[in-house]
Amino acid sequence: MQICRVVGTVVATQKNRKLEGAKLLLVQPLTLEGTARGVALIAIDSVGAGVGERVLVVIEGKAAGDALGRKAAAVDAAVIGIVDVVDYKDDV
Amino acid sequence: MQLARVIGEVVASVKDANLVSTKLLVLQPIAASGENVGRTLVAVDSVGAGSGEHVFFVRGREAAFPFYPAEPPVDAAIVGIVDHWNMAGSDLDFPIRR
Repeated sequence: MQICRVVGTVVATQKNRKLEGAKLLLVQPLTLEGTARGVALIAIDSVGAGVGERVLVVIEGKAAGDALGRKAAAVDAAVIGIVDVVDYKDDV
Repeated sequence: MQLARVIGEVVASVKDANLVSTKLLVLQPIAASGENVGRTLVAVDSVGAGSGEHVFFVRGREAAFPFYPAEPPVDAAIVGIVDHWNMAGSDLDFPIRR
């Protein structure tokens, strides 16, 4: 799983049937320090996250499909948690 | 999933039986800012997208799921046509340019 920041929303009227009703978020992967890393990707939202929040994202098909609750859904990334705090040590 | 712009299509008369009558499109992945990022790729279409449109696509095994129960040997599939997207912290809105 990756820690990301929700940076936007995506609207797509025409989409695969299995994705109907799914909320699409633009999420920017972050380093532990909180700086952006790589390119923003699109994830479906299963927890009600909003723009600006730090979230936990699965970037794997099976997990993302489970989060959406639909079998054989064509998704490969899903927001599965909203991060309250990250506690870590550099020197361990 | 990732944002991309459809920049072309691929015609292949000889292909896997499970790919017959599918549409193959050339995608340029883009960042949320609209800039090109990374290499172009070919993806199979499941929503009726066309050249010049902004779409989002799925990579990996899940790319075959729109065609369930058929299992075409694909690793990228377009699963939605993007009307518009917007980013926090800016008033920018990114509609489809026609």
